[in-house]
Amino acid sequence: MFRRLYALCRKETLQIWRDPSSVLIAVVLPVVMLLIFGFGINLDSSQLRLGLVVEDHGAEVQRFVASFFGSPYINVTVGTRAQMEQALADGKVRGVVVIASDFTQRLERTSETAPVQIITDGSEPNTANFVEGYVKGAWQVWLRERAAARGEPMPAAVQIDSRFWFNPSALSRNYIIPGSSTIIMTVLGALLTSLVVAREWERGTMEALLATSITRSEFLISKVIPYYLLGIVSELICIGVAVFLLKVPFRGSILMTLLVTTFFLLSALGLGLLLSTATRNQFDAAQGALNAAFLPSMMLSGFIFEISSMPLPVQLVTYVIPARYFVNAMQTLFQAGYVPQLLWRDVGCLIASSIFFLGLTARLTKRRLD
Amino acid sequence: MAIVALKGLSKRFEGAEKPALNQLSANINAGLVTGLVGPDGAGKTTLMRLIAGLMAPTSGSVTVDSLDPIRNAKELRDVIGYMPQKFGLYEDLSVEENLELYADLRGVLGEERRETFARLLEFTDLQRFTKRLAGKLSGGMKQKLGLACALLGHPKLLLLDEPGVGVDPISRRELWRMVQDLVGQGLAVVWSTAYLDEAELCQEVILLNEGSLLFAGAPTELTARVKGRTLQLRHFPGNRRHLLTRALRRKGVIDGVIQGRNVRILLAPNEKPPMPTDLNSRNGAEVVEVKPRFEDAFIDILGGGPGGDSALAEHLKPVTSERETVIEAENLTKKFGDFAATDDVTFSVSRGEIFGLLGPNGAGKSTTFKMMCGLLKPTSGSARVMGIDLKTSAAQARQRLGYMAQKFSLYGNLLVRQNLDFFSGVYGLSGSHQQRVISDMIEIFGLQQFLDRSADTLPLGYKQRLALACAVMHEPDFCFSTSRPRALIR
Repeated sequence: MFRRLYALCRKETLQIWRDPSSVLIAVVLPVVMLLIFGFGINLDSSQLRLGLVVEDHGAEVQRFVASFFGSPYINVTVGTRAQMEQALADGKVRGVVVIASDFTQRLERTSETAPVQIITDGSEPNTANFVEGYVKGAWQVWLRERAAARGEPMPAAVQIDSRFWFNPSALSRNYIIPGSSTIIMTVLGALLTSLVVAREWERGTMEALLATSITRSEFLISKVIPYYLLGIVSELICIGVAVFLLKVPFRGSILMTLLVTTFFLLSALGLGLLLSTATRNQFDAAQGALNAAFLPSMMLSGFIFEISSMPLPVQLVTYVIPARYFVNAMQTLFQAGYVPQLLWRDVGCLIASSIFFLGLTARLTKRRLD
Repeated sequence: MAIVALKGLSKRFEGAEKPALNQLSANINAGLVTGLVGPDGAGKTTLMRLIAGLMAPTSGSVTVDSLDPIRNAKELRDVIGYMPQKFGLYEDLSVEENLELYADLRGVLGEERRETFARLLEFTDLQRFTKRLAGKLSGGMKQKLGLACALLGHPKLLLLDEPGVGVDPISRRELWRMVQDLVGQGLAVVWSTAYLDEAELCQEVILLNEGSLLFAGAPTELTARVKGRTLQLRHFPGNRRHLLTRALRRKGVIDGVIQGRNVRILLAPNEKPPMPTDLNSRNGAEVVEVKPRFEDAFIDILGGGPGGDSALAEHLKPVTSERETVIEAENLTKKFGDFAATDDVTFSVSRGEIFGLLGPNGAGKSTTFKMMCGLLKPTSGSARVMGIDLKTSAAQARQRLGYMAQKFSLYGNLLVRQNLDFFSGVYGLSGSHQQRVISDMIEIFGLQQFLDRSADTLPLGYKQRLALACAVMHEPDFCFSTSRPRALIR
């Protein structure tokens, strides 16, 4: 039993080793991807280019304008309305703040509000939201200072003093990177393995294997073990790059991380093998893996797009995507550390999906050709 | 002694109209080679798989060494060695690693393993290549490695599924010799083949056609049935093809082929041989009885060959002058780096000739073809088609040739009709002329029933017909075909 299993595993490992693409996916891809996610995708806008049109030159306005220049997040250009509109059209600034000529006048009259116009570039909604947020922030600062200078209490009843937990500087990198290894695990687990059983059928080696006394479980386990080990190595590389190169804080335990990775990998491997066994055709299996594993883990796992901001039906769909639990667990482990009740729920769901996919594969794996 | 007994064995696949195997009863004996013979789709592979326990019969029974292949699957696997088509090798593992894998799976270990490996490597003459990847071996060497892997353990029954396909004749002969050795040691060998020359060499054959058993026994016994019915027409003047057509039109002549300068014919039972005068010939011509071959007997049991008139020949424009040279190769040489794929090849082909290019794998046949079609540039020498040099005006020359490639170059997921439309378009046919040519092709090649099926699902013989139809639709001056000759498709 173990001799045959060992022989099959050895064969599989040699095949992985001789196929440059699997080594590429396991070692090079994680590094490249993490660097792209670490530096390329950045949902924060640390230096916003903002245009400022000041048509009123009262003392209050001067102080308000000064509050923009004080911010490390905003890079301000001052100009006329026409200049700034052009700059916005050219993409040189991401938003324009207009302070109209009657600003001071209206401010003096308590019965009226003094409007400030914010024009943002709606073609990049994410940045547009940032512009709005920053300007409101600057507005708040100015109001507070104005009130203090006059010796009045804050005009607004509520004063917001925000602090981000788990990710104090609210860097998007810190939550994207931990989840991004889901992509690598999926490519390795589902896409690569979707090819391996189908390949045996296509090259006619399956028939030769079936004519020997190997059992179903020996065959399946020999497909799982080598790819599982490859996945774990790849995950360790991911963590290494994230922590040491990208300086993403890691607060959980390595052991727990490996446990979570183990069950996510098993479920991805299960799906890959299932597709491969069901289609017996490399092209179909790869297509299936792309649609059933890769795209959902990219879009519905919550690693880039937050699940809570999706429409309800889509949110419900994410509950059957194993990647969701993996991303959630990884984010917990990196940012919050060991939170048992959260982690065990995720691990439980991953175990269930591993059993489901591997079990179904075992059922579909036939000992005969008909 | 019978090692395999088939009793009323049938196998029907879901959704198939006809059973793949129909009520088969036969025995396979130890100590000799049993040929499993029949055209593609006859059910040879299915039968092998049933014997190997890879499929369960629909009805009837198989016993192998008094074991039931399904119920006693575990014990059965120690009794049989099975080499599937394509040999079942891992191309990215070396020769040694392939052997080790199958040895581990079959439980050949320790001292026994060392000894077995040494013996098999010597037997197959692969000692020098143990470190080479199986994918880098030639067809013949792959086949020998496949055989070695199937021989690990101590099988009593060796099943070889079309071992002769894709392997050159020299390697095939070598394998045959090796199999004879094994048989001498008391093994039973089943060798499936569609080649009748291979079948003739087997001590016994099981002849299948469309899932039914036509004959089981010694090939000589079958051949004896056509004794006295095979004749050669010698020294006939004039065109041999016309003579063949005339002969085949006669009642009682069920098959005929051109053999060198003569024509060979097969008579139906109890028919008198024709006199030379019956075939309008003058003096000197004679009709001689010749030794029957297995092929004659096979055609006889199938109920005769195709008729004398070729529908395709009637469609194509008759050739005007017989002696005109259409293809010329002069000192044709192609080098890939230091390696000369073809070296100094010179030949010429005239109109109305079938010109065969023979050689083992890697002899340079395909390279020559590709140069003649203008797909490859010769390193030196010249290739001319109708006097047009392919070096300078390949496109012009290509318009005049038809090409049927080894793998048929059909679009497998297009319908037969769409393939015809596409290829006629590519060759520049259009309008009513195109429609007429397509409908002619459908009629000539009998494709009507398959028009709305995708090309992939056609039986092999019809795939070949479709490929030929696509190659000759534009009435080329000559046609290249790189398909390997198949003994049973004519």
